[in-house]
Amino acid sequence: MPAWLDDLLWTYQNLVYALGINGLLALSMYVVLAVGQLSLGQAAFMGLGAYSSALMTLKLGLPFAAVLPLSVVAPVAFALAVGGPTLRLAGVYLAIATIGLGEVLRAVYLNVDLFGGALGLSGIPERATAAMIYGLLGLAVLGLWLIGRSGIGRAMEAMREDETAAAVMGVPVRRYKMGALLASATLAGLAGCLSAHVSSFIGPNEYGFEPAVTILSYALLGGIGTPLAPVVGGWVLTLLPELLRGVSDIRLVLNGVIIVLAVLFLPNGLLALRMKRIGARTAA
Amino acid sequence: MLAQQLVNGVLLGATYALFALGFTLMFGVLRVINLTYGFYFSAGALLALWMARQGASIWVALPLAALGAGCIAVVLDWVLLTRLRRIQAPELSSLMVTLGGVLALYSALTSWLGPDIRRLPPGIVSVDAFHIGDIRVTAAQVLILGATALLVAALLLLMRGTRLGLAIRAMAEKPDAAQLMGIDTGRAAALVSFISGCLAGAGGVLIGLNFNAIHPYMGETMMLRGFVVIIVGGLGDIRGALLAGLALGVIEVMTAGYVASGLKEAVAFLILVAVLWTRPSGLFGRAVLRRA
Repeated sequence: MPAWLDDLLWTYQNLVYALGINGLLALSMYVVLAVGQLSLGQAAFMGLGAYSSALMTLKLGLPFAAVLPLSVVAPVAFALAVGGPTLRLAGVYLAIATIGLGEVLRAVYLNVDLFGGALGLSGIPERATAAMIYGLLGLAVLGLWLIGRSGIGRAMEAMREDETAAAVMGVPVRRYKMGALLASATLAGLAGCLSAHVSSFIGPNEYGFEPAVTILSYALLGGIGTPLAPVVGGWVLTLLPELLRGVSDIRLVLNGVIIVLAVLFLPNGLLALRMKRIGARTAA
Repeated sequence: MLAQQLVNGVLLGATYALFALGFTLMFGVLRVINLTYGFYFSAGALLALWMARQGASIWVALPLAALGAGCIAVVLDWVLLTRLRRIQAPELSSLMVTLGGVLALYSALTSWLGPDIRRLPPGIVSVDAFHIGDIRVTAAQVLILGATALLVAALLLLMRGTRLGLAIRAMAEKPDAAQLMGIDTGRAAALVSFISGCLAGAGGVLIGLNFNAIHPYMGETMMLRGFVVIIVGGLGDIRGALLAGLALGVIEVMTAGYVASGLKEAVAFLILVAVLWTRPSGLFGRAVLRRA
């Protein structure tokens, strides 16, 4: 590795980690949006992954090779408990139940001694590396891209456009919705585990309402045309406050406004719009 | 001890019911889970706090703060939702737009005012307490119960006893038909937003009085209770929200008193999940679910 690259990575280490982890989170949002569902539990799933993996490392002393795969267990279990009843119902129920999940878990982390209360858990060893984070991100993008091009991907698109019609055509709607939610919980759990093991500290307020909505803004900025789009959306929103110093104070206001504008005026996301235009030009 | 806990629970539940009434009314008529609703709650409390610091008595601050929150609700509804209503966007779009809106509003408010907990000036309500046997009821609690009862009675009178209420109920039933019958649905929607905002704002002031802790994000922590109450009561069901709100208040106080105070939030959520598993249309629900 050349010296300047090494230098650069060292200086911006945290940013490099954050970009990869936020990319995974954006994908975890993409998976549910891709089947036309809105889950706001990504931050909660991430928190479950972070807390459970940190406890496994700190209290049980497990090696990271075991902790990383095991970190998806708790988020997936909660996704099953919340998704079971709500995915049968109209979409708003999932959104409500997952917002509720985030609020409750925050209260639990704050009040139960095992989770360290308001102080959170600290002294988590730095076991994750940038290579792991970007390796997983690459695998996730590739996997989702392949799924998107398969028959399952077309079925997911059909569900997103018109659920009833898709069900009539024989798409197992509920199974796909549950599958998407579980995949989403898995990705968010891994992201939580990785972020806990690069930052050495986790606290109850990192997984509340604000991060949940921020993750949604990644996906809405990028659009959900391809798996890469939400990742790029997440990168833009992670880099923006770093590049513009004045913006960092109102970062969350900006994220909120982006969601509003994206829903009102750009239902396909910023990047989807661009891709379509480029495609249209080459076709013509 | 038990009787005292019951009284405290009912009083807490009354504020939950008041908060959830506006939420469920908004959903029932406008068919939108409007997440900015929690913001009206914070706005009402902060407005009342500001007026109280200017020297206004609670009798002035409470109604004015409620009306102010109502006006905020009308403006936000117009900015965020009229366009989506016109193109008949799917309900998840409306949910997302209010979600983005509320994040922007809360964070703007927090960076303006700071995240600190503020307290009402002492003496805004008399600190006297009434004793009935062993039960102690503070003047603030009497005010909360009285104001809640008054607002609920006014809402029921409006909905059941006036032509305006009839128009709103017609719109809840079938907006297109209501419009064909000559109801100005745009105006009715604004009115419903206004009423909901007033109820949330009044709820914010009363909860602020009850716990004497006011901060920009107080509406967000209240939303979990709002969700539980409107789903347990049945989405859009006013009577259900009233009963579920009272029940939730009692259950929370009992949990805090006899089990563990840290479990209050968890209990609310367990109820939510249990109801979604067993009776998703709500305990008192006439089912109006759109199943896929």
